Amino acid sequence: MPNPYTVPAIVAVTLISVAIGFYGLKLARTTSDFLVASRMVSPTWNAAAIGGEYLSAASFLGIAGLILKYGVDVLWYPVGFAAGYLALLLFVAAPLRRSGAFTLPDFCEVRLGSRRLRKLATVFVIFIGWFYLVPQMQGAGLTLTTVTGGPYQLGALLVGAVVTANVALGGMRAITFVQAFQYWLKLTALAVPAIFLVLQWQADGRPPVTPPEGLTFPRATTIVVEQPATLALGDGSVVEVQPGTELSFAAGAPVPQVSTVPANLGPDWLLPGGAEHGERGLFAAYSLILATFLGTMGLPHVLVRFYTNPDGAAARRTTLVVLALVGLFYLLPTLYGVLGRVYTPQLLMTGQSDAVVVLLPGAALGGGVTGQLLAALVAAGAFAAFLSTSSGLLTSVAGVISTDVLGRGSVRDFRLATVVAGLVPMVLALNVSGLDVSQVVGLAFAVAASSFCPLLVLGIWWRGLTDVGAAAGILVGGGAAIAAVLVTVIGPALSGWPAALLTQPAAWTVPLAFAVMVAVSLATRRRMPSDVGATMLRLHAPESLRL
Amino acid sequence: MAAPADPTASAGRTTGASTPRQRTRLVLAEVTRQRRDPDRTRTELAEQTRVGEALVRGLVRAQLALALRLSLVVAIGLGGLPLLFAVAPAVGAAKIFGINLPWLLLGVAAFPFLVGVGWIFVRLAERNEQDFTALVRRPER
Repeated sequence: MPNPYTVPAIVAVTLISVAIGFYGLKLARTTSDFLVASRMVSPTWNAAAIGGEYLSAASFLGIAGLILKYGVDVLWYPVGFAAGYLALLLFVAAPLRRSGAFTLPDFCEVRLGSRRLRKLATVFVIFIGWFYLVPQMQGAGLTLTTVTGGPYQLGALLVGAVVTANVALGGMRAITFVQAFQYWLKLTALAVPAIFLVLQWQADGRPPVTPPEGLTFPRATTIVVEQPATLALGDGSVVEVQPGTELSFAAGAPVPQVSTVPANLGPDWLLPGGAEHGERGLFAAYSLILATFLGTMGLPHVLVRFYTNPDGAAARRTTLVVLALVGLFYLLPTLYGVLGRVYTPQLLMTGQSDAVVVLLPGAALGGGVTGQLLAALVAAGAFAAFLSTSSGLLTSVAGVISTDVLGRGSVRDFRLATVVAGLVPMVLALNVSGLDVSQVVGLAFAVAASSFCPLLVLGIWWRGLTDVGAAAGILVGGGAAIAAVLVTVIGPALSGWPAALLTQPAAWTVPLAFAVMVAVSLATRRRMPSDVGATMLRLHAPESLRL
Repeated sequence: MAAPADPTASAGRTTGASTPRQRTRLVLAEVTRQRRDPDRTRTELAEQTRVGEALVRGLVRAQLALALRLSLVVAIGLGGLPLLFAVAPAVGAAKIFGINLPWLLLGVAAFPFLVGVGWIFVRLAERNEQDFTALVRRPER
């Protein structure tokens, strides 16, 4: 039975986003208004906007889905996504704002004065931006399929079109208001249903998350098989199933393990190292930590925001508020992943665990009005997540294209660049499906951590960095990460150590990028910019001195 | 006094200034007052003299040391957890209030910890900058 409130809720969120965009359009008059909101954005608005922009489909849907499947090990995703802001605060926030750079290519030019390095950085910004946009649109398609039964393509196209139009017409001032609104919407959309879910769980007599006899279906469930697989039933027998078969399970029946879906059904789901034991598991954990801690500072849509702060000290305070807002949000997805074990175990068979956040309210609270309204609220929040992150990414990718590829950076160029930048990931999203949203995003973090993180950290803190060194580090480290990502996404299936090294590449690509950058810079010491002292002064001296 | 354009005269100067300057009357008292100019350190900073560069290096070093110290705190506090769980599985299986310890540490406690570290950093980094500003602004050194 379709939920009568979901579609109106999604339409309302989309319309409100567009409406705030047009309200902002009336205010946006100049190119400066368009790109950096004329630096008139107050810190509170700015922090909420950064939070709203950052919390993507991966945060809203993906984390809960991964927790449902793999348990405590994937809690490193939310911790890392939040800790990335701490790394940004410690090493980048204030100096980056003081550099006056709007994008990463700008920073390359300010610090190292090299046009060729700027072009290289542009290529990486566009790659990371597109690679991050695809899973957002995928998530939108998945959500729409799940809640309305509509086709996957429609959701992806809808979000792509709305975001492209909004960014092209409203620019960033509009986006700031939209993003800030969407942070609070996303928080509400997870927090309010979470309260009801916990109360319901209490009322149901607190069913255990990992019952000793294995997971069971809470109610009679029917699943249609989509690809050939073998089911390992609770009593030890194995059944082969073919596509099109309908499997029916009575309430209380044990959940079988499906061979094509990697999910942990056992009680060690609760324990660390449950997903993968031994050295490989430890390597994967540390690689993920490194990618998320250091990748945030290299994401194009995150850096753009710093320019809207009035000065370096404000940039630091804003980042701290963002860290608190983001941390507050990340308390919630875990709850959905855990309760999903109790109320929606069928997702562990279908593998569509990213849908747990959207399905859980309906499954736990039943088909009553309360359950339906809460399900609609969550779906609206999910749409807010796609809209805001895609808008932010598109703004920064389009900004880079309009200034570095098309040339002058006028409002007309920006609009043209937006359409180009929006079309490519839309086409890609239509052709790729079935990737785990959070894992794709994790790979984008790995690329950012292996290319822009060393550039920013060394550029800000080390006088000896040269343009050749920076380019070599980005090419070797970032190139290795991109190669690993491409093999993971489109290459053959691997196992053992090669798989561990390629699916979580950050643990070796980040040190590699740093090492190459330092070594090549030392070898080309003559190319150190002559004005490095003045640049350092500008990056680190407080504005109150008015030098 | 020779004309500034005279090559023999400018060769004898240690400053090596070659542009013609307006003739000024120098009195000892005025020279000492000039030395106390509060803007002098700022000028040194802006003009990249040795003193100015040393000041900036000091500030950069102080801020970097602060950032590295705090990231070490996070690296040990959070980064040590996977190793701890791997080395001592009993810790990973321990329960508090019926919830497994790793879930509490990673799912809840990690976020206030990160915000706390960030808050300390903002305070100390601003203090470093205030010290730097005070050093530059101070009229007499």
